[in-house]
Amino acid sequence: MKTLLLALCFALPFGHFAIAQTTPVQDVLQSQRALIEKSSRRTIGPAIDALVASGLPQMQTVLEIWQAKEMWQRKADGLFFVATKNADGTYTLRNFESGADVGTAASTDLRQLKPNSGVRAMIATALVQFQLSDPDPAKRADALNSISRDPQAALMAPLRASVQGETDPNILSRKIRLERLMTMAYDTSVPNRVAAIIEMSGDLGVDFRATLNPILSTTRVLAQTQPDANIAQEVIAGSDALTRKAAYALLVAAGDAPAEITADARDAALQANIEGGRIAGFPVAQLSTEAARDRAYDALVSGDLARPRVTQADIDASLANFRFFDVYTEPSQTVTTAAEDALAASETRVAISQAADLGLDALSLASIYFLAAIGLAITFGVMGVINMAHGEFIMMGAYTGYVVQLFVPNHTASILIAVPLAFAVTFAAGVALERLVVRWLYHRPLETLLATFGVSIALQQLAKNIFGTQARPLTSPAWLDGAWTINDVVSISYIRIAIFILALLFLALFLFIMKRTRLGLETRAVTQNPKMAASMGINPDRVNMLTFGLGSGIAGIAGVAIGLFAKVTSEMGSDYIVQSFMTVVVGGVGNIWGTLAGAAMIGGFQKGVEFLNPSNTLAAQTYMIIFIIIFIQFRPRGIIALKGRAAGD
Amino acid sequence: MNRSFIARNPSVLIFLAILALFTLGVTVLSEGFGIGLISTSFVKVLGKTLCLCLIAIAMDLIWGYTGILSLGHFAFFGLGGYMLGMWLMYERTRQIVVNSLSDGVLPPTPEEVTTGIGNQIFGVVGSSDFPLIWTFADSLVLQLAFVVLVPGILALVFGWLAFRSRVTGVYLSILTQAMTLGLSLYLFQNASGLRGNNGLSGLQNLPGITAPQSVVSLWFFWASALVLGLGYLLVAWIVSGKFGSVIRGIRDNEARVRFLGYSVETYKLAVFTLTACISGIAGALYYPQAGIINPAEVAPIASIYLAVWVAIGGRGRLYGAVIGTAFVSLVSSWFTGGQAPDVPLGFYTVKWVDWWLVLLGLCFVLVTLYAPNGIGGLIDLLKRKRKETDA
Repeated sequence: MKTLLLALCFALPFGHFAIAQTTPVQDVLQSQRALIEKSSRRTIGPAIDALVASGLPQMQTVLEIWQAKEMWQRKADGLFFVATKNADGTYTLRNFESGADVGTAASTDLRQLKPNSGVRAMIATALVQFQLSDPDPAKRADALNSISRDPQAALMAPLRASVQGETDPNILSRKIRLERLMTMAYDTSVPNRVAAIIEMSGDLGVDFRATLNPILSTTRVLAQTQPDANIAQEVIAGSDALTRKAAYALLVAAGDAPAEITADARDAALQANIEGGRIAGFPVAQLSTEAARDRAYDALVSGDLARPRVTQADIDASLANFRFFDVYTEPSQTVTTAAEDALAASETRVAISQAADLGLDALSLASIYFLAAIGLAITFGVMGVINMAHGEFIMMGAYTGYVVQLFVPNHTASILIAVPLAFAVTFAAGVALERLVVRWLYHRPLETLLATFGVSIALQQLAKNIFGTQARPLTSPAWLDGAWTINDVVSISYIRIAIFILALLFLALFLFIMKRTRLGLETRAVTQNPKMAASMGINPDRVNMLTFGLGSGIAGIAGVAIGLFAKVTSEMGSDYIVQSFMTVVVGGVGNIWGTLAGAAMIGGFQKGVEFLNPSNTLAAQTYMIIFIIIFIQFRPRGIIALKGRAAGD
Repeated sequence: MNRSFIARNPSVLIFLAILALFTLGVTVLSEGFGIGLISTSFVKVLGKTLCLCLIAIAMDLIWGYTGILSLGHFAFFGLGGYMLGMWLMYERTRQIVVNSLSDGVLPPTPEEVTTGIGNQIFGVVGSSDFPLIWTFADSLVLQLAFVVLVPGILALVFGWLAFRSRVTGVYLSILTQAMTLGLSLYLFQNASGLRGNNGLSGLQNLPGITAPQSVVSLWFFWASALVLGLGYLLVAWIVSGKFGSVIRGIRDNEARVRFLGYSVETYKLAVFTLTACISGIAGALYYPQAGIINPAEVAPIASIYLAVWVAIGGRGRLYGAVIGTAFVSLVSSWFTGGQAPDVPLGFYTVKWVDWWLVLLGLCFVLVTLYAPNGIGGLIDLLKRKRKETDA
């Protein structure tokens, strides 16, 4: 009876197994059972290959489940299942093909497969080839990303295989490019690799250069005769590439020469041999110079108490025995030569692109300077008023933008509101400043400088009191995010393009107002001769007020634009004030084209210096100021100087 | 000559007498030598104020008398401070390093000491090598000479370039401001060799002096008073003579002075360079009392404040510059130091720390508009009243 029951117990589950066992997936898994059970990074390779090679469409699911540690093995018969835990602590087993329920089991009867991270990485690699042909384009793109992050020779074949069936043109071109790159690096046939390299020669992509660099990596070897390897170059000890000191250090590291006695080693030896306040006969107190310590050490050496020093002659002798070579890790010379040529071609094109990028940067910086300075070109350039509070008008404009964004959450709408509002606010501030302060000081320019400086201190502190010291955000609309990428090297953010366009608009606006409107005509008349203008029926007070307000209002709009990419703080104005004055002075006072030229020159020069010394933007500004001081020696009246009576004085 | 100069300028004697009395008073009331009514830190504040008065005199000479609004004299002031600061820092660090190395078994070699000092001083900027400009930092005499020479030479070169190309008026002001900005940006770099934005610190400790700060602060106070007195005397003498007449002429009408056959540029350059040297000396006395110097001190704003002080005191009178500077800088430190009582307005409490600069800015506008002669103008007014009553 007992035996019968036992037999029944076994028979029932075995009936299920019989069904499960017939599935092809289970067959493949069982064939690799030993390896899968004791998985380790070193041994699992063949098992994964076998799973993949089975060509079963469900293998992707199996691998994913295995990777996610959701694969369980029944201890009794060693079969593999997907298992999910039930509320009562038992597990429901499902098969891999359809996910159909194939029974339950207690947790004690099951063993969870826990592949370690090394194995999971290998599973991931194996999965990539499935993902490369996944119906979901996003998954295919992910797979490409993961390959380009960590390219492996094993992935080249699946990648090639997946190119054929690719339908998405974007992904197809990425696949082809990646395939070429991997061919360069991993293909077994030298002609194939060289062909791929030559095909992509001169490419600008960072990935291309990143693929070539390891091909061209070298190691420095020392040898007595020329080694039989792919030699990049012989390095002469004592040249710039390898100082004699470094060369000797290589010899020491290779164990071919004794190490030099460093000062520390010498001092340690000296200290170890103090006997009664003396070292080798020298009183310790006398050893207060390097020469004295050297003598004492030499005395130790002659007493056989220390290792002899390595003399220059020793070093020369050792170095004479050896030659130094940079050897490519890549054995094929054909490949390295092709790679060298391709890299050189790339670098030339990269350099050209970088120059173009620098040009764009300079242009963008110039348009920022121009924007900051154009209000000054009116108040200072046309009217001759030094307004040190100009920077604070820029700040007021930026803060206006910030306040508008507090009330209008839509960024596009808020910017559209902020621009006219900033103009209105700073126009009013400018008119107030002109009425209250500046108009009393038209004949005392130095005093204007001081009084407006007082205004600037007060405004700055006022902004600090209201908005605090921390930077406030002025967020640009979403359509200004991102950058216009021309190639891998040249790109420019949309916001900078917008600022450039804004600068051009302002230039046009300025020209229009000055040359085509009544206000411009009257402004020019009042600037040239206020009394004569007054006798012609122009009200100089009104004209001065409006012109000053206009200049200030433009500063306010510039503030909104600058606030979009720089931080909005109470001190942002003072960051721009000196540069703005410089722009106007260098360009030539009283001429908008001069201001434009000044901004272009200062922006270009600053970017140029930054390019030569990229780690140090402060230095660029210092050099720029020195350059301006010297420039003014040669053109005291700026790039575009007014001639004749308009020059004033 | 000298006697007649004093006789012609009784105000100089009055100033020197007041300065002497003030010095004596502070000494008697100080902690170091007197009854301790004035704290050591306040003695330092007063000493620093005297140094600021000295640079204000220089500013008055260049602006009030010669009519050149230089916005760069605080750069010279800072350079003077850096030059002396280099020696102070080097020497003090050297003593510390020698002390710590003397604990070792072997007596230190000069090379070890140098490396130790380099590590101590330049560790903060990730370096240990001495930059070239520190070559003479071990020599007090040379660094003292540099206090005058470095600002002097910079002013000479800059002034020669600027005056030669006839940059005048506001253009010159902007150009000097650019120079100051350039210098401060340069000093902000770690590569400048002057410890970047860390600046030089620990300058209040004189190497080899064990006297307490209460005594050292008085030494510096006396030195500041002495140099201020000498500077006042020198500048008063300069402006009272023929040279003074020429530079005033340049201020009032440069073209006419040039047509009279004077070399306007030479005069301007001389004044510019001299005032730069005075500024350097003032800075060298100021920063050991402040204890620390960093590039922010050289920022353009400082030079503008200098102009503000002189303008409030009254341009074109030396005592005006001194009064304005002493008054505004002391009041400033009172207001921004948190000692001034807040003003509750019911709906809003006016905190002077926040509102003082607003007040100063507005005061400055008002002074420029309505009292171009500043506080000194009031004294002129009193003098005129007395003359009228005398007559």
